[in-house]
Amino acid sequence: MRKLTLAIAVIAPMLGHAASAEDALKIGYIDPLSGGGASVGEGGLKTFQYLADELNAKGGILGHKIEIVPLDNKTNPQESLVQAQKAIDAGVHYITQGNGSSVGAALSDFVTKNNSRNPGKEVLYFNYAAVDPSLTNEKCSYWHFRWDASSDIKMEALTNYMKDTASIKKVYLINQDYSFGQSVRTDARKMLGAKRPDIQIVGDELHPLLKVTDFSPYIAKIKASGADSVVTGNWGQDFALLLKAAADAGLKVNWYTYYAGGAGGPTAVKQTGLDHQVFQITEGFANSGNKAAMDYEKAFRAKVNLSLWYPRAVNEMRMFKAAAEKANSIDPVKVAAALEDLKFEVLDGGQGVMRKDDHQFLQPIYISSFGKLTESEPFDEESTGWGWHLVSKIDTPQAMVSTTCKMVRP
Amino acid sequence: MLELIVISTLNGVLFGMLLFLLSSGLTVIFSMMGVLNFAHASFYMLGAFFGFQLTKWIGFWPALVLAPLLVGAIGMAVERYGLRNTHKHGHVAELLLTFGLAFAIEEIVSMIWGKSPLDYRVPALLDFPAFTIFSTNYPAYKIFMLAVSVIIFVALLIVLKRTRVGLVVQAALTHPHMVGHLGHNVGRVFMAVFGVGSALAALAGVIAGPALVTQSDMAASLGPILFVVIVFGGLGSLPGAFIASLVIGLVQTFAVALDGSLASAFGPLDPSAGPSVLTDVWNVTIAQVAPIVPYLLLVIILIVRPMGLMGTRES
Repeated sequence: MRKLTLAIAVIAPMLGHAASAEDALKIGYIDPLSGGGASVGEGGLKTFQYLADELNAKGGILGHKIEIVPLDNKTNPQESLVQAQKAIDAGVHYITQGNGSSVGAALSDFVTKNNSRNPGKEVLYFNYAAVDPSLTNEKCSYWHFRWDASSDIKMEALTNYMKDTASIKKVYLINQDYSFGQSVRTDARKMLGAKRPDIQIVGDELHPLLKVTDFSPYIAKIKASGADSVVTGNWGQDFALLLKAAADAGLKVNWYTYYAGGAGGPTAVKQTGLDHQVFQITEGFANSGNKAAMDYEKAFRAKVNLSLWYPRAVNEMRMFKAAAEKANSIDPVKVAAALEDLKFEVLDGGQGVMRKDDHQFLQPIYISSFGKLTESEPFDEESTGWGWHLVSKIDTPQAMVSTTCKMVRP
Repeated sequence: MLELIVISTLNGVLFGMLLFLLSSGLTVIFSMMGVLNFAHASFYMLGAFFGFQLTKWIGFWPALVLAPLLVGAIGMAVERYGLRNTHKHGHVAELLLTFGLAFAIEEIVSMIWGKSPLDYRVPALLDFPAFTIFSTNYPAYKIFMLAVSVIIFVALLIVLKRTRVGLVVQAALTHPHMVGHLGHNVGRVFMAVFGVGSALAALAGVIAGPALVTQSDMAASLGPILFVVIVFGGLGSLPGAFIASLVIGLVQTFAVALDGSLASAFGPLDPSAGPSVLTDVWNVTIAQVAPIVPYLLLVIILIVRPMGLMGTRES
């Protein structure tokens, strides 16, 4: 009798645990929570946790509470696969990742293989920030969905803007040495060459990813080249430290960036004293002027104490909910089918669509510059007193490039 | 071009002097105890984190003095209660102790301060451009770093070469038993040297923290290059460590500044023009391989001169 009681005492909590685990909808968040990418990864985690809380407060997705499972991949593709397997073993059917296209490519491949080997136990990969074009072109996968605009879409928009800026004569390219940084540099060369053949590329630099702690040698080189503009896809500490070194050396150029608004970026830009000379290209920003988005920003800042750096994560989670409701199921296979060609009103206003051909989300994008704010722009960044100001909005039809993806459907 | 050379030289010397602050302690500890201290870079990291915390509480200048003293005390405790006890079990045990300590310190630091980079700022007093050469500003803080490193180098040299204390330390390096028989407490000398070595590493951490990045993986990213410095300079040789630090600092900085690739060395006979699987290899620039240049130097010196630049023994 005592043995039986003991057995029940041991087993009963396990059963309870198993039951509640089945009930919760787990999303594996695989991103750097240590090392050089940690500041970015932690910001992303807080954003997803906020989004999960928000959805849970309204009853979750089809009655399932959402639970974000944080997994530290140290920005390392190999480590990411270990973490993904760990997540799958723990009953996760949805993983989301953003930092590092090398990681994105590894995960996409991993999920594709996993799904073909384990029918009935499919896993979807929601990519919110890895923007290497190959993920929706030659390496495209049915199980991968991307909410951020791919690197070539961003470069297309950025070079369209640069094309009309007559003062640009000499451009310097500096990027991180991995798939994404390489795609930024090749796209920039190709598109600038086609749109403004008179612009001279005076430097083309690739540096190790998230390893450089002092960029002053690179800044000295930019200075020596006589460049008037720098194009960079750098993110995380690679951007913040690059601008910090530029501030120290007093380098005065225009910066055309993908990720100037990331953690540490605005502080470093303020140090350089470059007022509205640093541009970024995003799918939304704090002072976009859209009332709903600005209210959302306010609520987000009040609770998380960060600015909303991932409007695309909001779009991702809301669309996930919409797709699950359309399919009336949280089965990954049905959700994937429902996501295809799903039209959606994005956070910052305007309609986006998840393109069926390659699972790239097409949406309006914005070019903004960082500097002193006007009356109608309430949000600054990192308590610098400076914030983002709208320079140009590119609507969905103009913000797309064709794909070479030959989608293999299950 | 001249501008690039001058600025790169300044940056290179600065990085080199920082490396020297770290490697001087490591190399002296090695020649005394025959132990490679794997936790040395961790003391550098502790210095940066203590510096950050104390700066917040009592300001940068007191922190500059206090943080190295604290870390020095930790270093002495490690020697007294850790290394001295494992010494009788041989070098492997000592090596493993420092190895484990490095991991423990990293974990403890990330438990207390988190894994993200800290907002460790340059003190306002030094936050201005010191001078401008060819329209490039050189920050005053970097000049300060350089000055501190040079002062420490000179002080170390005077203490080791010109004082009685230095005499005992140098004698204990090569003939510990003889020094003991002459009535000196060799154990205490070891402890003091270990403490001073750790304190120097911490000082490097305090001054490098605001200029570079202060985060919990900073020890792991700097550790390997320290070993390159002391092997390159010759294990146990202070002048060797000095030269090696400067060489590696300059080589790394200038490698970034150079644009040449293997292909361009051939001029019009550029081999990458032809179709080849090696196209990528031909076109890699020196700047791209900059981070591995020190390790290449390490391999070359081990082949050509295994005892290092100024080393005396082949171990």
